Amino acid sequence: MAAVLEVAGLTTVFHTRTGVVRAVQDVSFSVEAGETLAIVGESGCGKTMTALSLMRLIPTPPGQITAGTVRLAGTDLLGLSEAGMRKMRGSQIAMIFQEPMTALNPLLTIGRQIAEMVSLHENISRRAANARAVEMLQQVRIPAPERRAREYPHQMSGGMRQRAMIAMALACRPKVLIADEPTTALDVTIQAQVLDLIDDLRRELGTAVVLITHDLGVVAEVADRMIVMYAGRKVEDGRTKDLFADPCHPYLQGLLASVPRFGAAEGARLRDIPGIVPPLHDLPHGCAFAPRCACAVGACRDTVPPLEPKRPGHTAACWVT
Amino acid sequence: MNDALYYARRYPLGVAGVIILIVFVLTAVFANVVAPFDPLTTNAKASLAAPGSRYIIGADMMGRDMLSRMIHGARISLAVALGATCIGSGFGAMLGLASGYLGGWFDLITQRIAEIMQSLPLLVMALVITASLGPSLVNTIIAIAIPLIPNVARVIRANVLSLRELNYVEAARAVGMGRMRIALVHVLPNTLAPLIVLATAQLGSTILTEASLSFLGLGVPEPYPSWGRMLSESAAEYIRSAPWLVIFPGLAISLVVFGANLFGDALRDILDPRQGD
Repeated sequence: MAAVLEVAGLTTVFHTRTGVVRAVQDVSFSVEAGETLAIVGESGCGKTMTALSLMRLIPTPPGQITAGTVRLAGTDLLGLSEAGMRKMRGSQIAMIFQEPMTALNPLLTIGRQIAEMVSLHENISRRAANARAVEMLQQVRIPAPERRAREYPHQMSGGMRQRAMIAMALACRPKVLIADEPTTALDVTIQAQVLDLIDDLRRELGTAVVLITHDLGVVAEVADRMIVMYAGRKVEDGRTKDLFADPCHPYLQGLLASVPRFGAAEGARLRDIPGIVPPLHDLPHGCAFAPRCACAVGACRDTVPPLEPKRPGHTAACWVT
Repeated sequence: MNDALYYARRYPLGVAGVIILIVFVLTAVFANVVAPFDPLTTNAKASLAAPGSRYIIGADMMGRDMLSRMIHGARISLAVALGATCIGSGFGAMLGLASGYLGGWFDLITQRIAEIMQSLPLLVMALVITASLGPSLVNTIIAIAIPLIPNVARVIRANVLSLRELNYVEAARAVGMGRMRIALVHVLPNTLAPLIVLATAQLGSTILTEASLSFLGLGVPEPYPSWGRMLSESAAEYIRSAPWLVIFPGLAISLVVFGANLFGDALRDILDPRQGD
């Protein structure tokens, strides 16, 4: 199947007083229709900035997308005018955010907010837009959708609001849904429900999903493929199954070793990755992970390792492995 | 309805303010019905009549019934208070919204102008404006409204600055909403609570400013009865011989301003709990 979203060489920088912060550097990936791609990495590694760059929602200035292409079903999003991009947002590519409690306007009913967004992109009557809102609420499995559509955000729980957000994001059947840590702010039981919902809708509607998360458990559960980011760069890319079974980059190896597992020996300690992510305005010369890496060699400190295939369909950027 | 009862019980002073304001508004609206005499008809025989059975709170030097003049004066005060507050708040809100939401050079220039305007006291600026426009009811309203604009604009701007960073504004952008639409649909309605609080808080001061302007002879011109001018005409000459000419308009002004402030305070506590003490 052809890729619906193709990102190549995406580079986003922020001009700050302390220098140029390279938030996203030379990131490339593609997503097919109906596929889930996970972007994984710890806080501040550029996951969210990558997502915002795709949506062209980077605050400019100080932020700036300096290189790369983002092709959505053949259209280069980075080449569009602001008005052209606005038409794409919501109708072709939509995004849901981490914090469902504040992502809805407290003064408007849920139904009104969804209808507002539908009528923005489609030339339909208010009544039809309202009907679509109720239909979407039903599709995200909110019970009594007619009644809920007339309610305000404060009358709903966090999980319910995140569903409403998903309903809004998918109301115009976008080809790509970017979910930025959609479950981080929710209870564990609700997390599973919301993830299942996104997964089901992906299957029903054929939407490509870009799931941004730092939760490897979530990735293992729902993502077909994943990319691992570190300090603004993509360091590993491949099928989720392969990456979990045989991680090539020491960073992913470290991440996987830090996750508790069933069946581990009692009293066994989790391994952490020593050190912290380097500041993005002052990255080391070579591999950004080298200062924290146990197997770093001389080359790691001099030159940034290129992404190269390590196994079939599995690339990583590392000199050692 | 239940909410109203709940708040009424919690803020008895606010209720007192509301009652004062309701009486004031009803008096102004039904002035023709309530007033026992025509406020403009003079009667030489009744000049400076003391309070009594015919003229309940006395008559002025031209023999016009004080009570009727005060009742009609409520109309002027109400018109000025509502008119100036609405115009000032409306323009101020729009300016604050644009300033906070657009940012950049527009914000910079607007805010510097607002600061210059705020460095002048309300009354002084109103004085200058009405002196240059000439005395009339509309000009008085404009003169009082303009100095209100910077205050409102700054409060709304501060509010917009925090609102525009909220997730639902970002989310609205993520579904393809334009800046204008976000400003009007998502940002503006969320500034209404502080706007209402601010507007009510200023009701009292607009009434006071109108009275002060009229006292200085720059407010609503003769023959319309204005509380402020009733005070100014009588104060110097008659305060000893006919004190009721001074006491009652003064009382009316104080009472309405008091009521407006009580109401404004209660409203602030209800709508904006963060600022409550």
